[in-house]
Amino acid sequence: MRGLILSILLSLMIWPALSPAGINAYVFDTPEHEQRFKKLAAELRCLVCQNQNLADSDADLAKDLKDEIYQMIQDGKSDTEIIDFMVARYGDFVLYRPPVKPVTYMLWVGPFVLFVLGLVVLVMFVRRRNQDVLESGELSSEERQRLEGLLREQRERGTSGKRKGK
Amino acid sequence: MLPELGNFALILAMSIALVQGVIPLIGAARGIPGWIAFARPAVWVQFLFLLISFGILTYAFIVNDFSVAYVANNSNSALPLGYRISAVWGGHEGSLLLWVMLMGAWSAAVALFSKRLPPEMVARVLAVMGLVSAGFAAFVVFTSNPFDRYDPAPMEGRDLNPLLQDIGLILHPPMLYMGYVGFSVAFAFAIAALLGGKLDAAWARWSRPWTIIAWMFLTLGIALGSWWAYYELGWGGWWFWDPVENASFLPWLTGTALMHSLAVSEKRSTFKSWTVLLAIFSFSLCLLGTFLVRSGVLTSVHAFASDPTRGVFVLMLLAIVVGVSLTIYAWRAPQVKSAGNFALLSRETLLLSNNVLLVVATATILLGTIYPLILDALNLGKISVGPPYFNAVFIPLMIPLIIALGIGPLSRWKQDEFPRLARLLRGALVGSLILGVLLPWLLFDSFEPMVILGTALSLWLVFTVLLDWRHRSRHKANLWKGLFGQPLSFYGMSLAHLGVAVTTIGITYSSYYSLEKDLRMAPGDELELGGYLFRFEGVQSNHGPNYTATEGIISVSRDGKPIDTLHTQKRIYTVQQMPMTEAGIDPGLFRDLYVALGEPLGDGSWAVRIYYKPFVRWIWLGGLFMAVGGILAASDRRYRLVAKRGAEERSGAGLVVQES
Amino acid sequence: MKARFLIPLVVFLSLVGLFMVGLKLDPREVPSPLIDKPAPSFSLPDLHDESKTVSTEDFKKHKVSLFNVWASWCVACRQEHPLLVELSRQDVVPIYGLNYKDKRSDALNWLNRLGNPYTASAFDEKGRVGIDWGVYGVPETFVVDGKGIIRYKQIGPITEEAWQETILPLIEKIRAEEG
Repeated sequence: MRGLILSILLSLMIWPALSPAGINAYVFDTPEHEQRFKKLAAELRCLVCQNQNLADSDADLAKDLKDEIYQMIQDGKSDTEIIDFMVARYGDFVLYRPPVKPVTYMLWVGPFVLFVLGLVVLVMFVRRRNQDVLESGELSSEERQRLEGLLREQRERGTSGKRKGK
Repeated sequence: MLPELGNFALILAMSIALVQGVIPLIGAARGIPGWIAFARPAVWVQFLFLLISFGILTYAFIVNDFSVAYVANNSNSALPLGYRISAVWGGHEGSLLLWVMLMGAWSAAVALFSKRLPPEMVARVLAVMGLVSAGFAAFVVFTSNPFDRYDPAPMEGRDLNPLLQDIGLILHPPMLYMGYVGFSVAFAFAIAALLGGKLDAAWARWSRPWTIIAWMFLTLGIALGSWWAYYELGWGGWWFWDPVENASFLPWLTGTALMHSLAVSEKRSTFKSWTVLLAIFSFSLCLLGTFLVRSGVLTSVHAFASDPTRGVFVLMLLAIVVGVSLTIYAWRAPQVKSAGNFALLSRETLLLSNNVLLVVATATILLGTIYPLILDALNLGKISVGPPYFNAVFIPLMIPLIIALGIGPLSRWKQDEFPRLARLLRGALVGSLILGVLLPWLLFDSFEPMVILGTALSLWLVFTVLLDWRHRSRHKANLWKGLFGQPLSFYGMSLAHLGVAVTTIGITYSSYYSLEKDLRMAPGDELELGGYLFRFEGVQSNHGPNYTATEGIISVSRDGKPIDTLHTQKRIYTVQQMPMTEAGIDPGLFRDLYVALGEPLGDGSWAVRIYYKPFVRWIWLGGLFMAVGGILAASDRRYRLVAKRGAEERSGAGLVVQES
Repeated sequence: MKARFLIPLVVFLSLVGLFMVGLKLDPREVPSPLIDKPAPSFSLPDLHDESKTVSTEDFKKHKVSLFNVWASWCVACRQEHPLLVELSRQDVVPIYGLNYKDKRSDALNWLNRLGNPYTASAFDEKGRVGIDWGVYGVPETFVVDGKGIIRYKQIGPITEEAWQETILPLIEKIRAEEG
């Protein structure tokens, strides 16, 4: 029962975050600053939202964090410093681009491994299929065509007595 | 009174589905004709009761019966009628009832269009669908019943979530569910074939049109969802790799692989056990999606309100359906013999590589989606996996896929030679590369490498499709016949592949050349973006049936000539007091102009977001092409001719059908 | 039957196992990276008396303290407030408050009405200190030891269960520590 009340109360707390479009009118010194801000706001997670980045979120905390990022860019901090700032306070959870560390090796390397595995399986499958057919003593389609051709010739010779030229 | 009847009808449907699931299966296994014949009538009755149940719930919404809890939670008397009806599937319970009802509809369709199939096969297919229906119906009846009542009944409802009060929502879930449920047909066919021990070309031919239609609906559903997110959510994005979005994309990927694999199984009698596995995977992924969305295991903007009991039930359902089917697969599939071999360079191999790439993509996206859960479960910390990751791993996989897509239709079955293909394709290759460099430069004065790659790949597809047309029309009597006398499935394939090209252009150009500006604007302020002049005229008040709004007016001109006046609103929906932004969009084939109103900044000025988005509509246009291509392919004569042949064979005559 | 045909089933069953565990977890809970790390230092005006300050130095005055993030606009805070008031009445552990993004008058009224369990409350109007502490929701409570190290973070209201099973034992453990 407690848990139910708790979750209802918590969800009430974050309700405003569901309204979209976090539009803020920051003024940047250079277009490069603006680009950096957009990229950072897009790659950082809004912690009170249900899966939105800071750029799209209207939540109070998102606005506060965007103000922080803006301020840090104005102060000349680098992207790495800004990201480290966020991670020091909120952990890796705040990053939409997972950091490359031992726990995420499988994540980053996995797709490549799967791709190579898939290719290997494909080639092995095709090769083995060809081998199976040879070993099973079945006629390959080439051989069957030759056989049919020979049989046809046999029949023609039988009916006309003469070999027809092409 | 009525809602109780609705519940009762649902329970009846569930019971019938259960019986429909058991009797025909036993009948088919033991060869009892009466039990086998039970399947069809059971389906009709089940569907009838589901229609009644769904109809009663819809009626409750129409007449504002707030004594029904689900209606009270999702509707309001000020809600316009259209949305009151679509609110039926706006929440968890109702959307599940929609799912169950659609399963009944597809089962009825299979029962209707399967006259030419052997009775045991029909029995098995309908039985499998019946078991799945029964499982879902049980889920609704016991844990998520939309007919539960409030006592005393509230005077008013809590209103439908404003985000859902939109045409996109009216269409998106039904399309999506038609797709998900449609894949249960391919799944049922696969299980039936495994149980019956007969996996022949005929099985592939029967399965194929059903699979294509299901895929078509899923394509539309996903495209609609993406389009809706774009114009409704006010952030100009159209895909976020959100777990629920991924949940719909995964079965689409394997479904595409399945469609192509069925083509091979049908024509060449190979890949059989692999195709069966793909059919099982595709539907399993649909079920997995249902679990992910409704269990609360992953966070998502789309997630329904979750509840641990429901999560456990869905997981059990998933575990049983997929576990049993994979066990049947492990037991029966080794006995399936595929005929024939083929060279390393052949159409079979190219189609198989299409399959491999799609399945690898599926596994990759699944990995990224559940990785945070894996780490959390192993107590290794909490991370997030978002668009930067998915874009980085997905796009490289698509490149070889698109290249193979171009080569495939032009390659020969069984064995092809590299020199022949090289000669055939050289022109297309050179043309794509040259135009790939020229187009971005001509249109946007840029040499962005990824755009060149995207353009080249799309043009590669266009040129190879044209080559295919030319190739095929050569063998016909005259040009007219050559161009227009091909079977429908050929046009379907071409259109669908062109759709991929169109979507690729859309994604590439809108991703790299979009311009966005968030700024403060007072009435009279102007911004120049993308060659257009945006002028903020000011705000005015406005209102709708269940909301009040502040409306921003922005006029757009280009080179002095007025183009359009855009209206964007900040709405407050009265009941839930929820604010929402409605963007103002000037849609165009080659560009969208998009404005959204933010917060008032005092002294009459406002935060405004302005976008210039080139080619963004091409993303969904491509999806539409793919869907229409699917319809064409599924309506191919040979599926209908086979029906005729089946009838004639039974009446004694024979007919030879030329397969293309 | 050939072993390789069992692979899909085995993979699937492991997935099911994963999901069974997953159902018990909360995907939205953000664990704090500050556990066992020094508390981010701050110095803020006292809520009740602007001339006084509340800072991280205050934690060093006690063997262990609670640092509770609260606000008058926070509905869930009312759930744990009676517990906090009772704890302060029984003098179990000093409780410092961080009044987060609030209006002074509203905050003071709230405490007047519902009771003030705090040894002192810091007034974090802009929420900057909250960000430094990784606060993402209200209420949250930190257990800070005498050396100024954060030992635990309670996300959400302190329930009776959380108090008895986690926080109180931790407090006692810290008190038994040397130094």
